[in-house]
Amino acid sequence: MNPAQLLGIFISSVFIYNVILSRFLGLCPFVAISKETRQALAMSGAVTFVITASCAVTWLIYRFLLLPFNLAYLRTLSFVLVIAALVQLIEMIIRKISPALYRAFGIYLTLITTNCAVLGAAVLNIDMFFIGDKAVAGSFYYSVFQGACMGLGYTLAMLLMSGIRERLELCNVPKPLKDFPLAFIIASILSLSFMGFSGFKF
Amino acid sequence: MKNLIKEFTKGIIKENPTFVLALGLCPTLAVSVSVANAIGMGVAATFVLLGSSVIVSLVRDFIPGKIRIPCFIVIIATFVTITELCLKAYSPVLNRALGIYVPLIVVNCIVLGRAEAFACKNSLLKSFFDGLGMGVGFTLALILISAIREFLGSGQLLGHTLIKGFEPVFVLGMPSGALLVIGLLLGFFNFLKNRKT
Repeated sequence: MNPAQLLGIFISSVFIYNVILSRFLGLCPFVAISKETRQALAMSGAVTFVITASCAVTWLIYRFLLLPFNLAYLRTLSFVLVIAALVQLIEMIIRKISPALYRAFGIYLTLITTNCAVLGAAVLNIDMFFIGDKAVAGSFYYSVFQGACMGLGYTLAMLLMSGIRERLELCNVPKPLKDFPLAFIIASILSLSFMGFSGFKF
Repeated sequence: MKNLIKEFTKGIIKENPTFVLALGLCPTLAVSVSVANAIGMGVAATFVLLGSSVIVSLVRDFIPGKIRIPCFIVIIATFVTITELCLKAYSPVLNRALGIYVPLIVVNCIVLGRAEAFACKNSLLKSFFDGLGMGVGFTLALILISAIREFLGSGQLLGHTLIKGFEPVFVLGMPSGALLVIGLLLGFFNFLKNRKT
């Protein structure tokens, strides 16, 4: 593992290719649950946790189950099911180990099953860290690290958004733009500012 | 017959998945850079919707209620895999352009939403037309968004330059432009809805 590469993965997945603002993954909860900072934080905590865990599990499945048996075409199917099962498992474990954390994550954990950010991160890792069906050196650690960083990027976008929306709560917004449309316009401006990290390409 | 036509047309205007139900926005935003990509994504999603609606309505009596969601997901994932393999084989360029958003059709809320809300309760023919209508509605919405973005963002439509010397608004071709266009369009449709009532 190369520290420079880890730093590169960190910067690119938190800032440049932010999950929400540049890749558009996990938009539904981003728009729906970003009205309050507390809820937004709980949701992004749950997402970060699940993305990291699912990146590790899906990498192992792809490398040791799908590739040796020439089943790479079952990638989508197996990943979706594994993530769904994993979320259930994590929910059970958290409920057993830490009821306080379970109360904080609450229903958000179940919602994550169909969050495209989780599946997106898994597929992206496979596309990036397997070249011609061969795992790149250290690709397991890179995958897990990239998953965690994507979760961090998600948290960052979620916190910014909920902070702005809390302030806007009492503002007088034109009626047709209330809620959803306004959320998208705010996200657009946020995304514009994040483009400063990659630079404008003309 | 009249009923079937109603099932088909409701997905296009009255219950348009993108503008009215606000479902499945992730692929909508990501692939709407150009009209060609939008049509590709729309056709792929329509195929998955149609296939999964038909199969779900066929097996709806055999699936126990408690495990219906995982069953739907398996059916949907099967059609997504078929789409993925076909795209890879026949149109590698489009496949590269759509990237990870093809496998992500699995978690598109429109597909699972239709299976859960419509196909598992209705007959084969009805579900077929419902799936087709939703697919066409999704495709039309994608084409609308991508036409706005491609025309204003690069001065082209389907790769052809329309107005010579047009100064394009680059930002619309970038992620931020997608969010802005969808926000304003949703606002516009809300405005129309409010005026009617």
